[in-house]
Amino acid sequence: MSNAAATRLWLAQRASAAVLALCVAVHLATMILAVRGGLSATEILNRTRGSSAWAAFYAVFVLSVSIHVPIGLRTVAGEWLAWRGRAADLTCLAVGIALLVLGALAIAAVTR
Amino acid sequence: MTAPGWRNRGDAAYWAFLVHRISGLLLSLFLPLHFLVLAQALRGEAALGALLRWSQTPPVEASEVALVFLLAAHLAGGLRLLFIEWGGWRAEAQPALLALSGGAAAFCALAFALNLF
Repeated sequence: MSNAAATRLWLAQRASAAVLALCVAVHLATMILAVRGGLSATEILNRTRGSSAWAAFYAVFVLSVSIHVPIGLRTVAGEWLAWRGRAADLTCLAVGIALLVLGALAIAAVTR
Repeated sequence: MTAPGWRNRGDAAYWAFLVHRISGLLLSLFLPLHFLVLAQALRGEAALGALLRWSQTPPVEASEVALVFLLAAHLAGGLRLLFIEWGGWRAEAQPALLALSGGAAAFCALAFALNLF
């Protein structure tokens, strides 16, 4: 991988981390408050169904996760497993795409 | 794990690095399951409800508290790293930052547990 590509990945990792910091803080606060009195499908869906604000929030969340996770896994694969190169890159890319698809399904399920 | 990393095991920052990395790995394993559970709502509220009722057992609830701790720890550790990368390494600030990260993660997990049980 060229230095320019590595720099782009580093920047994408840090930019997605900054967005995720905000998303995770909101998610943690929501979970801590929502779980009071038990968590039910009705409670979750009453909050999220038909809400374009929650849909937009989770879309940003899932997109950032789909960027952040595969770049992190690629680093771990390289440093701990010495697994580098095209196969490792493509596997991490596949993980990112899978997370994007599954996340989009989850968003559609709870906000449509 | 590389040998040079293991040689730093006496340093608190090394353990912070390990917590950040392992929490990230575990969260990346959990995420697809989380999305698949939520996607059950595509089959209707009852399908999601059945899965959530199944999850209301002590082992699963304990796992949820652990996941909240991992998420909060990864967030706090990540903020510490961003602070170091953008603000520069200040050795004298590290003990306070590490303590703050651990405390924030424990606080979130305890708050979640207190509301859950």
